[in-house]
Amino acid sequence: MPQLKQWNELPVAGALAPADAAQPVTGGWRTAGRPVPQLATCVNCLLCWLYCPDSAIVLDGTTFAGIDYDYCKGCALCVEVCPAGTLSMQQEDDG
Amino acid sequence: MSTVAQQLLTGGEAVAHALCQIQPDVVPVYPITPQTPIIQTFSSLVADGEAHTEIVNVESEHSAMSAAIGAALAGARTATATSSQGLALMAEVVYIAASMRAPLTMAVGNRALSGPINIHCDHSDSMLIRDSGVVQLFAENAQEAYDLMVMAPRIAEHPEVSLPVLVCQDGFTITHAAEPVSMLADDDVQAFVGAYRTPVRPLLDAAHPATHGPFAMPDYYFEFRRAQGAALEAARFVVAEVADDFARLTGRRNDAVESYRLDGADVVVVALGSTAGTVKDVVDELRDGGEPVGLLKIRSFRPFPAAALWRLLADRREVIVLDRADSPGGAPPLAADVAFALAGCGATLRGHVYGLGGRDLHPEAIREIFHDQAPRYVGVRGEPCLV
Repeated sequence: MPQLKQWNELPVAGALAPADAAQPVTGGWRTAGRPVPQLATCVNCLLCWLYCPDSAIVLDGTTFAGIDYDYCKGCALCVEVCPAGTLSMQQEDDG
Repeated sequence: MSTVAQQLLTGGEAVAHALCQIQPDVVPVYPITPQTPIIQTFSSLVADGEAHTEIVNVESEHSAMSAAIGAALAGARTATATSSQGLALMAEVVYIAASMRAPLTMAVGNRALSGPINIHCDHSDSMLIRDSGVVQLFAENAQEAYDLMVMAPRIAEHPEVSLPVLVCQDGFTITHAAEPVSMLADDDVQAFVGAYRTPVRPLLDAAHPATHGPFAMPDYYFEFRRAQGAALEAARFVVAEVADDFARLTGRRNDAVESYRLDGADVVVVALGSTAGTVKDVVDELRDGGEPVGLLKIRSFRPFPAAALWRLLADRREVIVLDRADSPGGAPPLAADVAFALAGCGATLRGHVYGLGGRDLHPEAIREIFHDQAPRYVGVRGEPCLV
């Protein structure tokens, strides 16, 4: 937990440079499982990357490389648009 | 002393001329009675090439203030104007302007709030946004409206303040009444207001992108509100400093409060706006009759000059607060502020509500108020008479 600032330490009006902004991890908001890829079947169409509202699809250059579960909110849009059945929703394995 | 010859101007025209001399870069505005003569006069001056301002004809007051915030934070000196229902519609964004610390100015022609619908003066509109965190200055007449408008950018743009500053004048009583007004020369106004102070992180600086108006959870909201309060506290000192500079330039003082015949006064009326002028006449008359009465006029309603009130009023026998707005079921706003400022002093406090929806307050009624012969609601039919 970072040290919280006092009122007189805040930037005026809270106008923040990107480096100063808090970076909260929102993956904990998932309540209905997580999308899990089977990379062997991926056709690399990148529709999931295009549709993901949280920029949580990880690419290696222009190749699908997985999902950033720190920011994936489990909306399952990627599962919906995947034409190859690569992505499916599964129970969170960490409970 | 630096002034040009007096001109016969209404309060609305006087403020429009002040704006013309300030030369704001952007004025997003929507017309509403009794503010309309302000923007109408100003628009004519812009159309005649007297000011370089970009006037944005927006579709509502909500949009006017939204556009004004964007312009001010992008680095443009910005002003707007409104009244009554316009201020009510704008209220949501006025809070945001204060929170985003947009250093803009706004001319207000004070008017009653609906309902019933009414176009005439009271202070309900200003009181609606009392707690928004903006600076609110009240003029007694057209001259003060002009003076306060010229002072406003310096207060708004001071780095310790960086808040909207509202220059309030009574609808019709000041906005539409012509009187001689001493204006400064254009160059003197330009020199007085100086160049616009661009915000630390201007909105359109694409090389240094920033987040403006971020979400604040329970762990930070309170700290942001506290910082806003500190800016208004700082505005106390900035108002005083700018009033001193303005007095050096013009010989006219526009301090947070004005004492009128307070020497030896046992009974003092506290009031905002044009009514202070009528009270001065009654004070003169009663003083001539040997009665120790006086007036404390408040120009800076926010920040509220609580320490000055204690210094000037704590030892009086009686303090009478005149509110041109009501708070049904509670204490009227000015009375509440005065009571809090004077809590623990020996003076007896009394409050009256008057003038709602443009009801005149005549000298006779003010005499009755001084003599404790007036009901709580002065001038309303059916109120029990205490005489």
